Amino acid sequence: MKIEQVFAKYFGQIPKNKGRNSQVKKIEINPITRLEGHGKIAIFLDDNGNVDDAFFQVVEFRGYEKFLQGMPMEEVPRTVSTVCGVCRGVHFTASMKAMDQIFGVEPTPTARKLREIYFMSHYIEDHAAILYALGLPDFVVGPEADPAVRNVVGLIQTVGAETGKAVLNKRRLAVKIFELLGGKPNHPVAALPGGWSKTLSEEERKMVDGWADELIDLGKITLQIFEDIILKNEKYMALVTGDMYKVVVNYMGSVAEDGKIAYYDGLQKVIDLNGNEIGTFRGKEYLDFIAERVLPWSYMKFPYQKKLGDWQGIKEGEGTNLYAVGPLPRLNIVSGMDTPEAQKHFEKYHDTFGAKPVHFVLAYHWARAIEMLSAAERIKELINDPEITSKDNWNKPTQVVGEGVGIIEAPRGTLIHHYVTDDKGIVTNANLIVATTHNNGPINLAIKNAAKHFIKDGKVDEAVLNYVEMAFRPYDLCLACATHTVTGVMPLEMEIYDSEGKLQKKMRNF
Amino acid sequence: MEFVPNIIGFACHWCTYAGADLAGSLRLKYPPTIKLIRVPCSGRIEPEYILDALAKGADGVLVGGCHFGDCHYKDGNYKTARRMLQLEEMIKEMGLEPERFRWEWISGSEGQKFAQVVTEFTETIKKLGPSPLKGGN
Amino acid sequence: MADKIKIAILLAGGCAGCEMSLVDMGDTLVNALEHLEVVFWAPTVADVKYKDLEEMPDQSIDVGFVDGMIRLSEQEHMCKVMRAKCKVLIAYGICAGLGSIPGMSNIHSAEELLKQGYMDTFSTDNPDGVLPQPEYTLDGKYDLTLPKFMSDVRVLDEIVDVDYYIGGCPPHPDFVAKAVQAIIAGNLPPKGSWITSGKAVCDVCKRNPRNKGKNREFVEHVYRTWEKAPEDDRCLLQQGILCFGPFTQGDCNASCLNVNMPCRGCGGPIPGVKDYGARAMSVIGSILGSEEAVKELAEKYPVLAKFYYRYSFAGSLLERKRKAVKGVK
Repeated sequence: MKIEQVFAKYFGQIPKNKGRNSQVKKIEINPITRLEGHGKIAIFLDDNGNVDDAFFQVVEFRGYEKFLQGMPMEEVPRTVSTVCGVCRGVHFTASMKAMDQIFGVEPTPTARKLREIYFMSHYIEDHAAILYALGLPDFVVGPEADPAVRNVVGLIQTVGAETGKAVLNKRRLAVKIFELLGGKPNHPVAALPGGWSKTLSEEERKMVDGWADELIDLGKITLQIFEDIILKNEKYMALVTGDMYKVVVNYMGSVAEDGKIAYYDGLQKVIDLNGNEIGTFRGKEYLDFIAERVLPWSYMKFPYQKKLGDWQGIKEGEGTNLYAVGPLPRLNIVSGMDTPEAQKHFEKYHDTFGAKPVHFVLAYHWARAIEMLSAAERIKELINDPEITSKDNWNKPTQVVGEGVGIIEAPRGTLIHHYVTDDKGIVTNANLIVATTHNNGPINLAIKNAAKHFIKDGKVDEAVLNYVEMAFRPYDLCLACATHTVTGVMPLEMEIYDSEGKLQKKMRNF
Repeated sequence: MEFVPNIIGFACHWCTYAGADLAGSLRLKYPPTIKLIRVPCSGRIEPEYILDALAKGADGVLVGGCHFGDCHYKDGNYKTARRMLQLEEMIKEMGLEPERFRWEWISGSEGQKFAQVVTEFTETIKKLGPSPLKGGN
Repeated sequence: MADKIKIAILLAGGCAGCEMSLVDMGDTLVNALEHLEVVFWAPTVADVKYKDLEEMPDQSIDVGFVDGMIRLSEQEHMCKVMRAKCKVLIAYGICAGLGSIPGMSNIHSAEELLKQGYMDTFSTDNPDGVLPQPEYTLDGKYDLTLPKFMSDVRVLDEIVDVDYYIGGCPPHPDFVAKAVQAIIAGNLPPKGSWITSGKAVCDVCKRNPRNKGKNREFVEHVYRTWEKAPEDDRCLLQQGILCFGPFTQGDCNASCLNVNMPCRGCGGPIPGVKDYGARAMSVIGSILGSEEAVKELAEKYPVLAKFYYRYSFAGSLLERKRKAVKGVK
């Protein structure tokens, strides 16, 4: 069946009403200029030229959940990794954990530690790329600056070439650890159910140990830049703690047994907007907590917390059942970091904001920098573990259990991979809930809040794009392919509709 | 206008092609739908050639080789078998009617069998109709 | 001082991994930038917009790279613009070359893909069976539109003429560095070729039996990677762990084999191969020792298309023709 027929079949029975006044004639939008392959925002103005509502629409869909069916489970991690090349190791890791369960095995201690080192190296290179490409430039050069300099080039010009080069070179070491353990520098392959296919020699161990020091250094440099440029700047701190960049929702993240941060494996915890625990879950229990609503105007679904009620639309504040994931939610949920230097910064972070949970969206960037340091410290710990060069890297499976759920804290937030296989371990069903999907509701809210604040009396110009962008960039959207950027601007098209539903203006930043 | 199938045949020189020649000498009748391509051994036939022929709009593809034990090059036809088994599965998965591809062992003395196979295959293809892969560019 | 070479990079329907491999080049890229001027890199770097590219004079850019497959009409349009503006156009990465993993979605109908995504997945809450729609009016007053997806994934050369192909998922940064240096030096093979050393993964793999002066032997059993721990220093394929090394480009230096995992073909076909999956069947078929081994293979890998054609389905012979006959819109 062609796509047009599919749409017609499911769309047919819903009546078409154009505009508020259904007698207004159909809005003509030139199909050739329809936005595709990027983020799309539609903003609707009321009669006074102020924002009535705003919607963030995701235009990406590739169908992984279907075409993974029929594939042997052990082939899935390296295949599903290609959902995203920027989050280059997360789908691999989550599906690898699900694969363990499909075959009913747990990794050996050495394998588990190797997996964690590899995962932490990904955390560092990913968070570093985002901070230096998106987070810091926003502040360093300022939200009103020309996009041509509001990127890593402008940042390097501000912090100096020496620092810039040091950062790039140190980040590269994280990618080297990733490649050493994972096989390829992007889209790794070393997953085995119950193990990891690569072991470390003493020589390799020493090399990584030296690199870990440099990565801890990178974390410290980054936090120092943060301190110097943002924390000491009152104007920026006003932006950070302002209402226009505030979204009040519930939060979800992983905790270790002791309540501290856990990235690779932990207990999922959900808290409400006041910090009270709603519940905890592991594995398949996620289905008791999370449901994903399908809305006809976006390709991305809208997850919500079932325990807080049925779907009630996109709203924030008391009573909402929307929730966010990622660095800021994680730091809202955990009782502390599991490494000393990061812990110091964690305490300072919460002292600065006072109340917990923190609802200021721009604080995502600070949380990101703290996590970067914590990941580097963790690598240092693990690489010096006495078992790390052991050859006992695989708990070879002897059976097929047939179902597995892998949950990890990816840099961008909680990632859930759920697979069902037949008795030979061939995939029959798959469900992927990606980090950015969890944040779909909050992102819509962030955009609406920013749009309402910055668009008044119908005045809409290019600067507005910048301000609205700043509202959701901290979520570090990974729209899984053509929409994710490295050096700065989130490509997006914005359409402004007047109170008659007529397209008043369309702007693009790419 | 009646549909006349366009069938491409890959025949090994030592057996199937000789069998086809024999069919000719014996004046056996079979439909003129097949275009034979002679190869030194059925083991020379890359699955790629078969897919290429189908992609170019052939209504059917027939592959013929020696019986096991008769291969002039000893084990070429064993490789053929192992390839063709996979190929027939693959053609099905790619959405084309698997009946459009057929492979047979036909020796140099089996002129009768050659004529029979081509006749049957032509009937099968006639029932299936023209290949859906005709046209395009 | 010679003029700088102008290059342009476009990300179509890809995961951006190929872009990251350019970023991962680090120092090499910075040094190469002395000879290169990046006049367009979208949507990754957005200060030069799509419309700016359209306004550049035709053939004014020396080399263009396109990564990602093509599924949306805007991607198709921008590929045509790139072809017009660039003297040399390179399909960068195996998505642009042969469709890569998202190309496997062509094995299913659009209806199947959408139904799984929006109705049949475990956590989906969709009581009215709604699907995302190209036009939808919310609350009776908000008109929201979504782009229509084309019915199939296509590769770059189904849309425009391509001068060179670079394989890999993504291409290894070291190899890209070599390719970029070759471009700067004007050292390119005949048009229509893959830019590659020509070596297969086996040629560069430490486990190759030839390294010990041994011949290859027939393989009697097929093992999935979880069924057997590979012996060190021995060819995986010889041990029954199917590896696509013999017919895959080895510019990655056998990355996967370095961590003891088999090659799955992301580098693309070695020179002379017209259809990757066909060659895979041929080579694996000839190294297996019996029809029983083939049957074991078919049982353990029940969907052969998702095994052999994992990276090359959309660009395979039959698929190309099917799309050309049907017309993709």
